Amino acid sequence: MASKHTLVAVVENRPGVLNRMASLFRRRGFNIESIAVGHSEIPGQSRVTLVVDGNTTIVEQVRKQLDKVIDVIKVTDLTDSEMVDRELALIKVKASSTTRNEIMQIVNIFRANIIDVGFDSVTVEVTGDEDKIDSLCNLLRGFGIKELARTGRIALARGGAGPAAGEKGTSKSAGQSH
Amino acid sequence: MKLSGADIVCESLIREGVDVIFGILGGTILPLYDKLPGYPQLRHILVRHEQCAAHSADGYARATGKVGVCFATSGPGATNLVTGIANAYLDSAPMVAITGQVARPLIGKDAFQEVDITGITLPITKHNYLVLEASSIARTIKEAFYLARTGRPGPVLIDIPRDVFMEEAEFHYPAKLSLTGYKPVLEGHPTQIKKAVKLINEAQRPLIIAGRGIIISGASAELRHLAETSQVPVVTTLLGIGSFPESHILSFGMIGMHGTAYANMAVDNADLIIAIGMRFDDRATAKVSGFAPAGRIIHIDIDPAEIGKNVRVDVPIVGDARVILKEINKLLVPVQHLQWVRQLDEWRKEHPSTAVRYSEGLLPQFVVRKIYEVTKGDATIVTGVGQNQMWAAQHFWYDHPTSFISSGGLGTMGFGLPAAIGVKVGCPEKTVWCVDGDGSFQMTLHELATVAQENVGVKIAILNNGFLGMVRQWQELFYEKRYVATRLSGPDFVKIAEAYGIPGVRVKYKEEVAPAIERAMAEPGPFLIDFVVEPEENVYPMVPPGASLAEVMEAPVTEAKPLSDSAKLPVSNI
Repeated sequence: MASKHTLVAVVENRPGVLNRMASLFRRRGFNIESIAVGHSEIPGQSRVTLVVDGNTTIVEQVRKQLDKVIDVIKVTDLTDSEMVDRELALIKVKASSTTRNEIMQIVNIFRANIIDVGFDSVTVEVTGDEDKIDSLCNLLRGFGIKELARTGRIALARGGAGPAAGEKGTSKSAGQSH
Repeated sequence: MKLSGADIVCESLIREGVDVIFGILGGTILPLYDKLPGYPQLRHILVRHEQCAAHSADGYARATGKVGVCFATSGPGATNLVTGIANAYLDSAPMVAITGQVARPLIGKDAFQEVDITGITLPITKHNYLVLEASSIARTIKEAFYLARTGRPGPVLIDIPRDVFMEEAEFHYPAKLSLTGYKPVLEGHPTQIKKAVKLINEAQRPLIIAGRGIIISGASAELRHLAETSQVPVVTTLLGIGSFPESHILSFGMIGMHGTAYANMAVDNADLIIAIGMRFDDRATAKVSGFAPAGRIIHIDIDPAEIGKNVRVDVPIVGDARVILKEINKLLVPVQHLQWVRQLDEWRKEHPSTAVRYSEGLLPQFVVRKIYEVTKGDATIVTGVGQNQMWAAQHFWYDHPTSFISSGGLGTMGFGLPAAIGVKVGCPEKTVWCVDGDGSFQMTLHELATVAQENVGVKIAILNNGFLGMVRQWQELFYEKRYVATRLSGPDFVKIAEAYGIPGVRVKYKEEVAPAIERAMAEPGPFLIDFVVEPEENVYPMVPPGASLAEVMEAPVTEAKPLSDSAKLPVSNI
């Protein structure tokens, strides 16, 4: 059954590593919903969060194929574990003197921020899970969204144990199916 | 000690045990070639096309088990390697390719003969590198060789800009590697091994499918022990040929599109498939939904990503075939499967898939059979791709690992001659026959120049049917005999050989076959035989594309007048 999976890959911060991952998705026809990359807690290593749409078999293939990339240190499927995940969006909304107040009220309800005000627009910053951002976008669409930028999901396992602590299928040496 | 980048490359290769390099030079790799005379331990073999540098390195690697090495210059030199690298990647052959690149200040400027070869080879290498300073060459080469030969072997490419070859750096060869993202699993999980043994001990109709992984890990003895202790019949994939002696009483040949009927029937009826070092390629499984309908599957492979990729697996074991089989063998209970083995024997008698039919004309199968008889099976057969490849697989009995070398995954026509050169250079003591088709041979026949210049003693048998035969067979069977673009008006291969300074003969009649092969064997150097064979002979058995293994097409009855020599099937005593 198809569903969204959150994979977290810790990778060497080397030129071409994103290219290697992207090339693999394209070549094997994997569908990637979002990908977010940034530095991790270890210098020289980046953490990549991927949202993959597919059934368990396909996602397991994605995970294993990613794991084969030499510059990928480990890949974890966080879907079935406790995790926290967030996404950030910047939304530039049409705003006139008559609608600005209403927009600000909505923004407040969502605990979002207005980070720029223009002559005929405001730019809203919001963080949260996908649903929250989707709902805010839907509400603001009525005013007219001029531009939208979303980061895609980033995620960490809950509690003290991160993927480094070696949960199921977390590291290359645990590549065995049980 | 300060050395130039070029010297560091040579010193590093020597430390990795390299003795042969196949390649062609050009502008950007010239600084490296310029240093080669200082390292007489590194024999360089000049090929005539970079594709063949890669194929020769590939053949060398498969025959010796060592990492094959090839060199090419930037731009077209590098892109010409691509087919050969892809071929090695799909067949898991260990290879290191070193390419020259334009000087650092020119990178990204579309300079003369600049191409992004690391980008191009990304999906067909196990890993690749662009080296941007001479001080990282040694570490990169150390990593590249380690990656190429360990785990699931494969090609690694190292791209080095021209000015990096000339830059000086301190040289010390690293003793250790730090590859945090690469730790191949060798030992199978004990729980999984126990589960597998339980299935093996309880099976009524078990069957082993042996792949190239057995050959790579050197697990033939362990495989034989498993087969004999538990009396499990063995079939192989195309690239698994030789992993188990074909003259063994438990050997039932090759499975797949052109496998023996009885091997495919065995897969169809088995209640347990023990698949070792193979990846369920579609040519081996045929229609995957119809594969082994009655069988549970144990899959042993070193690559975790192969588990569950193409077929559902009941007991996966990730690790090295030899290590895992040793563990399995410790736990086996000796059993008999008399009825099952007898059933397979019966199928073999009823469906003599490797029998050569009687024909007045010269049949390609007959030629392969004669090479087997004259060499007494003591030869390495390197094939092209197409009908020649299938006849070579079917009509010769391979008793030793690495005695059959062929392009399986990529199916690269033209692989035969350059790969045979690599095999003979790597194993000069072996008799090496290149069995090729006239179409496949013409794709790389310029390598006759390499054969002549380096006096490589390969024997070449062209099964010349004047067609791109395998495609013609598909046109005959599935496209109502519309022979579009498959007819070849070949050159005179004997004259071609002669022009390169290689002796050769043409053979048209059956009685000339054995004497010609004997003459080739008597010749100390290379020899070419142009066998003019029946033009429209087909490869049987055949599982039509899209069908399952059970739907095997055998040779039409009118043709099936087997020679009595099907009974001559060698069976050794065990």
